[in-house]
Amino acid sequence: MAAQNLQSVPVELSPEEEAAGKATFDRIIAEDSRIEPKDWMPPAYRKTLLRQISQHAHSEIIGMQPEANWITRAPSLKRKAILMAKVQDEAGHGLYLYSAAETLGQTRDEMMDALIAGKARYSSIFNYPALTWADMGAIGWLVDGAAICNQVPLCRASYGPYGRAMVRICKEESFHQRQGFEILLELSNGTPAQKQMAQDAVNRWYAPALMMFGPPDDDSPNSRQSMAWNIKRFSNDELRSRFVGMMVEQVRVLGLTLPDDQVRFNEDTKKWEHGPLDWHEFQEVLAGRGPCNAQRLERRREAHDDGAWVREAAAAYAAKQQAKQSMTTKEYAA
Amino acid sequence: MSPHGNPEEPAGSATDINRDAQKVPAGPDTTANTTADTSGGAAPNTPAAPSAPAAPAASAPPQHHDRSAWGLWEVFVRSSRGLSHVHAGSLHAPDAAMALRNARDLYTRRNEGVSIWVVPADAIAASDPDAKGSFFESPQGKDYRHATYYTKSEGVKHL
Amino acid sequence: MSTPPTNTDAAETTGHGDISTGVAAPTGSGDSNASATRITPGNALRPEDIALEVRTGLKPSEDIAEYALRLGDDALILAQRLGHWISRAPELEEDIALGNIALDQLGHARSFLSYAGGAMTNDDGSAKTEDDLAYFRREHEFRSVQLFEQPNGDFAVTIARQFIVSYYQFELYRRLTESTDGTLAAIAAKAVKEVDYHRDHSAQWILRLAGGTEESRRRMVHGLRLMWPYVEELFRDDDLTRRLAEAGAAVAPSSLREDFDRLTGELLEEAELDVPDVPAAPGGGRRGRHSEHLGYILAEMQVLAREYPGAKW
Repeated sequence: MAAQNLQSVPVELSPEEEAAGKATFDRIIAEDSRIEPKDWMPPAYRKTLLRQISQHAHSEIIGMQPEANWITRAPSLKRKAILMAKVQDEAGHGLYLYSAAETLGQTRDEMMDALIAGKARYSSIFNYPALTWADMGAIGWLVDGAAICNQVPLCRASYGPYGRAMVRICKEESFHQRQGFEILLELSNGTPAQKQMAQDAVNRWYAPALMMFGPPDDDSPNSRQSMAWNIKRFSNDELRSRFVGMMVEQVRVLGLTLPDDQVRFNEDTKKWEHGPLDWHEFQEVLAGRGPCNAQRLERRREAHDDGAWVREAAAAYAAKQQAKQSMTTKEYAA
Repeated sequence: MSPHGNPEEPAGSATDINRDAQKVPAGPDTTANTTADTSGGAAPNTPAAPSAPAAPAASAPPQHHDRSAWGLWEVFVRSSRGLSHVHAGSLHAPDAAMALRNARDLYTRRNEGVSIWVVPADAIAASDPDAKGSFFESPQGKDYRHATYYTKSEGVKHL
Repeated sequence: MSTPPTNTDAAETTGHGDISTGVAAPTGSGDSNASATRITPGNALRPEDIALEVRTGLKPSEDIAEYALRLGDDALILAQRLGHWISRAPELEEDIALGNIALDQLGHARSFLSYAGGAMTNDDGSAKTEDDLAYFRREHEFRSVQLFEQPNGDFAVTIARQFIVSYYQFELYRRLTESTDGTLAAIAAKAVKEVDYHRDHSAQWILRLAGGTEESRRRMVHGLRLMWPYVEELFRDDDLTRRLAEAGAAVAPSSLREDFDRLTGELLEEAELDVPDVPAAPGGGRRGRHSEHLGYILAEMQVLAREYPGAKW
């Protein structure tokens, strides 16, 4: 098995070792320090991380598609370059995250197989279609904005490899939200038709973006455990509320409106509130009944299957070269 | 990213050192921490791994678990001349030549590096975290290895 | 965002607070400079720099502009083709590799087109921008040779096209760095280093696909045969290139052929492949005569910009 030395692999331990491992784990969490791959960890902690990190990775990879679809149609060469660099970053972020997940003992191939078999989840927002150019703006501003809200606290996640991946991702992603905002700003300051396009995109992506933070706290039993483990730092509702507050400010600069007349700052709780969200729709999309689920998975499956012969060729070539090399070495020794 | 052997940031271990240092009576203050941090270069807190990957090109490709799967490689990036290579993350590649190129594309898109090492992940030997207590205990409290221990010579010039 | 709500200053200035490290411990001690995530924009000639110079008076001769248009169109059409691979590559690492190459080519295209536009005017008298040229010319006004517009095909076909393009562009840009036209020389100086890497990328893949499996070898041979008819056109001189080459501003395409043949030949030999023995296509891209493919490329590339003429993005 590759990289056993670097990976976290569950092994049989004596009760004493198990107890010592748990004590160390608890101490590290209590001290708000970091768990590293070879540390003992509770099976549920490992499972939670694997699920969360791989879902996060899948989201980056599937999330490339709605934007990649617009690379060839970007309306200016500058925008084309920006969009290409952004989608490329998303591939990179997927890779950073798969690597982090791999330290927990699952290979990327296993994760990829689960994804294309439809057995793994990814952020449901990428099952919505990107219909106009303004969607590139709304995705950058709202979707990446929400993602960054989620991700910045994850830079301090208790699992070291995850936190380090998030640091890298957040650094790179700082341009993603800005470019989205600027796309919308240009459109909003453009012709009436352009402004309408921008407002329409904001209207369509607003609610799905808010739902990216996950179900309401009352409905999210796993959240509490994740917070106890210092994986999550803030609850879903808390992050969502903060995000709404930021959007309220920014949408004014854009000269657009949020499609939610119930947004308000609650003076008592000191939190931003928003109108009701359609959690039924969220569950439906998550369960595979969204507008683009089949299309997104098919595209990934196709790329993976069409690429199989290339990956095989490179692996075969490497094996041949290695065989050749060891032959030469033997000849030399003889 | 599986950099437990070579943390790119001194994550948990640095805070550990800090705390442990404070527990030592009359022990060195933060200067001890600084010394400990710099001495190891790229991987200050885990002496096991980083000297091994000095000859990356010759390394054998990692094992593949099926025909088309590419092996896992660990990537180390030198951000500018004069600095150590630091663990940046990992990636998949069929062989060392492609691993280097993939690393260039994946880890230096924003001028992060002037030099890259790639190492098959399974070629890295890592110290056992469970042995931390005994493996890393010895240096604790050996204050006399640090200049700050020698207080009588304080104030003497050029010393 | 990362920091408690009390830290409103940071939130206001950066939007998301400090993400420089995920660790709460004090940073900056020891070898903290040795980071693998320190990012900078670097320092190189950008398309925007050329556009700015054009706006402030830089104006190429008509001949130079036409020549820049040719090179810019080549790079633009290739970038458009390569851009389609992103999210479809054989492995995620290759999504990024092809994306990098596409971005390099797009950068070269923007520089050349920005420069070319300096000698061309819109109806209102303003100089044409890169976008005027990319989005509002018709098919027969494009000056790219036909190789660049050939479909991506499978990965081997794309690699075959990359192989030819990168070896050709490297020889071209290497010489163009000595152009008597300072702007062409500067664009070439930036481009040649990037294209050198494209050569390496395609060469690595030629070796692997040719020497990998039976299937990959068959596909590689097929890809080269599909693309090789368009090699001839790359090296054809015409009045424009003759005039400019004589003046030392441009490179005569025919002068690149020998090095191209030698270097591609060496690599093909290493891969145990033959130089495809196929008849050359007539070409004509430099005069606006294109294959059937360009129309579709432009339809997709230009659709949005043309739907909103005069709009800013």
